[in-house]
Order: sequence, then C-alpha cells, then structure tokens
Amino acid sequence: MELINQHTKEIMEGCKVRARAAGLTFTDESLEYIVTNRDLIELSPKVMIPTLYDYWVHDVEVLRGKGEYELYPHNPYETVINTRPAISFYNDNNPDWLNVMIFYHVLGHIDFFQNNHCFRHTWEYDFTGQALSDKRVIAKLRAEKGRWVDYIIEFARSIDNLVGYHSELSPLFAPSSAACSSRLNYYLDVFLQTVKKLPIGEYLKEVARYNENVAAHGPEEGERRFFADVVAKYPEMEAHFVKSAGMKRTERHDLLRFLVENSEFLARDENVWMRSVLEVVRKTSIFFQPQIRTKIMNEGWASYWHEKLFLVDDRIRGHEVDFARVHAGVTAMPRVGMNPYALGMRLMQFLKEAGDAGRVGFDYQRLTDAETRKKYNTGAGLGDELIFQVRSDLSDYLFIKNFVDQDFSNHHDLFVTGKRLDPQRMVWQYYVKSRDAAEYRDMVLASLYHPPHIEIAPERGMNGALYLVHHFEGKQLVQEYIANTMVGIEFLWGGEVQLETSEAVVEAPRGREGGEEPEITWQRVLYTMKDKTLNRKAL
Amino acid sequence: MKDPEKYLQELKRKGLDPQREERFRAELDGTQRRENPVDPGNAGGPFPGFSRGLYTWHDQAVLQQQERVQNPYIAQMKALDELLERDRQREKDGFPRKIKVGRLIKPGKGGKGKIVVVPSTEEEKFIHDPTIRPPGEGGSTGGSGNEEEGEVIGEQKVRETGDESGAGPGQGEGESHELDASAYELGRVLTEQFQLPNLREKGKKRSFTRYVYDLTDRNRGSGQILDKKATLRKIIETNIALGNLPDHSDIDPTRFLISPRDKVYRVFSKEKDYEPQALVFFLRDYSGSMAGKVTELVATQHVMIYSWLLYQYAGQVESRFILHDTEAKEVPDFHTYYNSRVAGGTEVASAYKLVNDIVAKENLAQDYNIYVFHGTDGDDWDTGGDKSIPELMRILTYVSRMGVTIAEHSGTQWTEVARYLENSGLLRDKPDLLRMDVMTEDAEEARVIDGIRKLIS
Repeated sequence: MELINQHTKEIMEGCKVRARAAGLTFTDESLEYIVTNRDLIELSPKVMIPTLYDYWVHDVEVLRGKGEYELYPHNPYETVINTRPAISFYNDNNPDWLNVMIFYHVLGHIDFFQNNHCFRHTWEYDFTGQALSDKRVIAKLRAEKGRWVDYIIEFARSIDNLVGYHSELSPLFAPSSAACSSRLNYYLDVFLQTVKKLPIGEYLKEVARYNENVAAHGPEEGERRFFADVVAKYPEMEAHFVKSAGMKRTERHDLLRFLVENSEFLARDENVWMRSVLEVVRKTSIFFQPQIRTKIMNEGWASYWHEKLFLVDDRIRGHEVDFARVHAGVTAMPRVGMNPYALGMRLMQFLKEAGDAGRVGFDYQRLTDAETRKKYNTGAGLGDELIFQVRSDLSDYLFIKNFVDQDFSNHHDLFVTGKRLDPQRMVWQYYVKSRDAAEYRDMVLASLYHPPHIEIAPERGMNGALYLVHHFEGKQLVQEYIANTMVGIEFLWGGEVQLETSEAVVEAPRGREGGEEPEITWQRVLYTMKDKTLNRKAL
Repeated sequence: MKDPEKYLQELKRKGLDPQREERFRAELDGTQRRENPVDPGNAGGPFPGFSRGLYTWHDQAVLQQQERVQNPYIAQMKALDELLERDRQREKDGFPRKIKVGRLIKPGKGGKGKIVVVPSTEEEKFIHDPTIRPPGEGGSTGGSGNEEEGEVIGEQKVRETGDESGAGPGQGEGESHELDASAYELGRVLTEQFQLPNLREKGKKRSFTRYVYDLTDRNRGSGQILDKKATLRKIIETNIALGNLPDHSDIDPTRFLISPRDKVYRVFSKEKDYEPQALVFFLRDYSGSMAGKVTELVATQHVMIYSWLLYQYAGQVESRFILHDTEAKEVPDFHTYYNSRVAGGTEVASAYKLVNDIVAKENLAQDYNIYVFHGTDGDDWDTGGDKSIPELMRILTYVSRMGVTIAEHSGTQWTEVARYLENSGLLRDKPDLLRMDVMTEDAEEARVIDGIRKLIS
C-alpha cells in the first residue's frame, strides 16, 4: 500500500474545501492509499482494517452461501473506513475526473461517519490504533497458549452478532442534567413496577406527587418530603433499595459481555486471559455494527453529495458525459432488485425537495387531496436543514420507515417484484406484486440486517445451565449452525447451555392431486448442549 | 427417453408386490415434487438482480469496478497440510472438524478434466434462515417501472434445457470461482498411493509416466559419472594393443598408459517406460431417489477416484462416464457427469448393458485393462437383478476390477442391489474382480476414502 501522489492529494484537498463550503463537516486529515489486488487479498478478510488481529479462518476460503450478510455484517470491500484519520483506498489507474467523483463520495461517507449518531461510540478513538494493540495482545497470547487462542476467537466470533450495540450506545446520549437520584430511579422504575406491580394510574399518581413536591419545595427538599411519605406507605422500600444497590445488574442481551462478567469458567485464574480475547472480538463487532445499520443512508448520502458537488466542480469540465455514465451505473433504480445507492440517494433528494417546499409536518400530512398535495409549496426552503438532520439522527430502519411513502414510491414508479411458480408451464414468473408503498416499505425493512433477538435468562437455567431465549420474529435460526455455535458457548460458559427457539413444521399437503398449499406452523423447541452433545426437545 | 410411467405399468403386469410399487411411485413423485421448487436463484433468468441483496453493493465495485479478488490458492500450497493438521488437532481437542475440502472440476476437452481442491470453512452463528417459505414462492424484491399490479414482467424456465448443470452436487461450492484458480490437485491430498489392481499386459502398449531418466548410456571421453570397471577394461585393451602389457601374471597398473578416450562415462538418458493401458468407466445412478446426500457421496467418491487417476497416471488413463436412471447415457466429460441433476426411476442393468455395448462395439477388451466404478443408492426397479446379473456376468468376463459403491439412505438396510449382488454369489466367487462397498448416506470423507481402498485394493 502506498499513499496517493501529491497531484492526486491536491485534488482531494480541493474537494474538501468545496465539500465544507456545501455544509459537510469532517476532520481535516485523511489518508488515501493506492491498493493493488494483492493488498485487497490481504485486506478484505480483515474488513479493510490493516491492523485487525490475525485469525486462521482469514486464510481459508470462507463459505458464505447462506445468510452471508447476517454472518458478516460488515462489507469486506469498504472504500473508506471509519478511523481517525479516515482511510480510503483507490485503484492506481483512476483518471482525475473519476477520482474527483470518488473523493466527493468518500467525503460524504466521512461526514456521515463523523456526524451520524449511530457512530457516536466511534468518535473518540482511532480504531486502527486500537486494533493494532488488540492484535498484539492476541499475538502475545498465541505465543503463550497456542491453538487455544484460536478456539477462543472462534467461539467468540460465533456469537459476535449477539452484542449489545444499542446498550453500548444509549449511555452516550443520557442527558446529565436530568439525572435523578438512584433512590428515586429505583423507587419509580423497579420498586413500584416490578416489586409492587402498581396499576398504571396509581403509578402516574406517584410520579405526579413527586413533581408536585419538587415544584413546591425545590428539588432536594421536595424529594426528602416525597420519600418521607413513601417510607410511611411502604416501610420495606428502604431495605429493598439497599439490597438492590448491592446487586449487580445482569446483562440480558449482550452474550459476550455476559460471559465475561458471569462465566465461572472464564473467572478461573488459568482462563482469565480468555476474557481479553472475548473483549477484543466484542469491541470489533460493536465497532462495525453501525456500518451495516446505515447502509442505505450512508450510500444515499454519499451519492447525493458526489452528484451535487461534482456537477458544480469547475475542475472537471469536459467530463460530464463520463461522469453521467458512471453515476448512472451506480445510482440507476434497477428494473428488478434493490440498490442502496439508488434508493438512498432518491430518498435524500426527495427529502431535500420536500423540505424546500415545506412538505413536512402536520399541516402537510393531514392533507388528503392528491392534487393539493402535489401543488403544496410553502417555499420554506428548509431542505438542507432537513437532510442534515436526517443524516445525523436516523438509521436505515427509521429512514425507510419514516420516509418511504406513497408520494415517494409513485414518483419513482416503485413496486414490489414477486416471483412465483407457474406449475402448468413450469416457469418462474416475475410479476408486479404490489404498488402499495407500505408493502414496498415492509419489503425493504424485511431485507435489512437484523440479528436474532436472543435474550439471556439466567433465572430459568437449572443447575447452573445457561438459558437462552430466542424471541421469535417470523424466521427460524439456521439449523445446521446451532450445534457448533452451542459447542462454543458451552465451552465459554463451562457448563450446560440451553436455547429455546422456534422452528417451522411444514405440513406436507394431503392428497396427491396437489392444490393444497403446504402449511407452515411454528413450534417452540428447546436445544440442550451438554458435554458437546446436542439434544432437541419440543416444548 | 423411456417413459417411466409405462415401464412401471409393465413391471406391474409382470407382478410387483404393492410395497415396492409404492416405493417406485414415491420415487417418481419425489422427483416431481423435489424438482418443482428448484429455485434457479441467481443463475441467469431475466433479472439477475432479483436475488441480489442490499448489502452486496459496495463502493469498490460500483465506483472503481474493483470486484472481489479471488484468493490465489497457490499461495496456500503449504497451508493445506497445515490446515488439515489443525483439523486433526481439533478432533483431538474434542471439537468438531471445521475444514471442508471443496472440489472444483474444470471441464476439459476429450474427457480430460482438472480438479482443484480448495480448503474452505464456515463460521457458524445464530442467524435467521431466510429460506423457509411456502414452496412455489420465490421471495420478493424491489422493482421500478410502470406495469400494473399483477402483470408478469419476465419468466424463467424451471428446468433449463440443454445444459443440465445446476442441481448437481457441485452446487454451492465455488459457484463464483474462476475454475482455473490454481490450487491443489486432489491427488495430492489422497496421500495413499493407490495402484490399479490386476493390471495386465494387453494390446498395444502405452506409456503412463512417459519417460524415466537414468544413467544408462555410455559415453567416452566425457560425461557425468565415471564407469570405473568399463574404463579399466578399456585401458587394458589399449595397453595390450600397445604391447605395454607383456606379462599377464604380473600387471603393474602404475605403468599403464591412459588415453583420454579410454575413460568411459555414464550419461543421463531418457528411457521410455511402457505400461499396460487402462480404461475406467464411471457409472452413476442419477434417478429420483438419488437426490441429496447420496449423490453427493457417490460423486465425491468418484471425484476422488478420478482425480487420483489423473494424478497418479498423469492423465494417461482413459475415462468414460455413464449416467443412468431407467436408461443409460454416456456423457462426454466429468463435469457433466458430476453436475447432472437427478430424475426418473432406476434400472441398473441399463448402465451395465451400455458398458457391455461400448466395450463390444469398440473392441476395447482386447487392448485395455478395463475398470468399472458404479455408484448407486442400491435401489433398483429390476427386482432380484434378473436383468442386471447377466449383464454383470458379461462385464466380469473382461474387466480387471469392478467396484460398486452403495450409499444407503438412512433408515434403509440391505438394499436391492446389495441383496442381488450378494445372492448371485459373485462377490464370493470372484473377489478379485468384483468388490462392493456399502456406506450410509452420512458417511464422512474419511469413510469415502476408505471405500476407495476397499474397491481398489
């Protein structure tokens, strides 16, 4: 890998000046490297992070047939990575005009990385630096422990999609000023709701009583008086609170963290080193989480800006046609299929127009007349404000859910394509399944990355078993993978592991004539992994 | 092609017990049912973008036309042995093996193919399985255009005509690989050095290994190794001629005159190494009942035998490929043989008959050592082997070795083919010519290799 030459770097710096003028914000420094095929072979298994830890699976062809992007929620071929400074990768034979376009695209991504709140936890450090120190930790452990390090990496990676990304993120946004005393938090959040199981009306009365006290006597005195009454009513409250303060909160969603904190096996002196491996895998996974959850937005945002900025760039006159070809290739709405660049960019453009015309907010949304909606224009000119806010605050899920509406889908002639079997003629037919925006939206939402919701339920495990509950969301788990994944968890837990999940039971159609569709019913099953043997039991 | 339905009627007229009839019916139906929902997936079709996910789009590809770079497996030449060693170690440590040895077959002209081996693995996690949906439903994706709801915008045949590749055991492995990605030859992996049994001198000879190099030629004056004995003889000859050796009983070597031409050297020379030639028939049952693991197993074993032949005999062994259901057909190369999908009923005799016909027509028995490897799930509509056994007897008159592999479906035991082979007594009477290996459908790779040993040894 070598840096781009001075001439090209100058072009990049020119792009930065223009992008800043347009409102994008990003750090001053950035690194641009030329990559060869050879570099890509080394970089792609490491998700383009040159300093990521070594792992033997990176040297092997990895079979990714089934659920590739559920297994690998990070693109192995990122052009730009979210580091400080941001690093981006280029072919060495790109013409200048193409580099200008790519640079704008890259700057769009960097702006997105550094301003979208889903990436909030990555803002304060440089991931390549952290990865390098992690890599050294693992190399050192490997020198001491040999192949066992690789087993631990393997087992940790097999559950690295079950990390508490959101619980990692949310404390970063907790407003400090609104902090309440822990006693109050415990009383209102736990004691009344979980211990006393108060009806909602009475609960709200308590909240109101607190607010009245504070309003009347100021925060401190108000709270003192409030609790004086509480103690009179629930004398046991204080004891509960003290007890709860001594109890550690148990992790329920982040399996990797749960194992680090609670596994007795990992707490043994000779196994403590395994925790650092788990922590490395966990941090790496959490680092990549926002990338996949903002794919449409991120690509849409970068495409929106590379188009906009390229067209007004005075340096590339004469290459408009070249640009148009490449740009159309990237952002054309496919006849059939989904293109995140195309979809994201059109949504951004749509929002920009909507904001400029004031077609946001209640006044517009309550209009039902199509003609009035079409002509609606307050001249508010708030388009930029709107898209910059969207860029900061949303993830793909909300972006699609909030903004793909019938106006948008009509404007771009979008429909859901279905595929069905015509048994008479033995052909698969591709057909227009629906032009309803809601169905289009649901189809896109269903295709977004979504790891299974698996909760840790320590209270349900008998005899020290680890009990996992898979909350069913319409899809079963890939069955072939269950056994080996549980072998890993059993090893890290040091004991029996149970997984409760749902599985499809496909009823064969009765009668030989066909006509009856086979039905799928769902059944809860319990898998138990003990001493590396898996048992399945229907519940 | 013979209509299996008619054939079944015919069998019924001849008397067929209801249980077996039911099984045959199921096989025919099974073929139908299984084939209906064969989802062509990405392969061709009018809209290749249909099953392309959101996350397959990335900047390197769309902006810089940089597609995925194939790992040049040649760089891992050493790695495979290490990986396999790692895998053995895994087993010792009490964890399931993880390295899979994927095979790619490169079709070549004239039945000569190349097989490369790619070590691969899977990282397993709890993930959602997107494939559970009612059969006949092919999923959905986005689209744009101005057609009405319900309008059909494109069609794709379920069974592509012509090239039958697709649902063979090769699927899923290396769909996107460049076939000439350099890699191991499987023969290397089969560390066992098998030898073709019963190889006899027959007909015109052909050299397997082409040449051997040896220090056989002699050269006077210069060369690689001095042949001392021959040199001394020459020196004595010269000295006698010169009259320098008057007395035989009293030879004084120090007085010898030595001419440079007297020195005799041995030099390297190519020697042709002739060996008898061999022809191998591969027979595979591709009837409806063969769907799934059994086909994979049989094909895997044949891949191994085939690649071992390629490796060991440097491609000098000729191979012929025959597929059969109720009818047999010869296919031109291993690629087709390996990838053809399953269909129809089963009649083993058809394949044996075709072998006999080919051998008779081309008069192969005279010039070749003939080997026949047959893979099946052991099911045969021909009860008791009434047709198969006579054909088999004919094969055994000229064959050097015939190996039948039966991959049993789980739950079945003592299959039709196994039974009539056993009852015919041929296995007992001609153990040198006929071998049978029965394994269950979930046999491991090691078991498959074991099977080869059994068939060939």
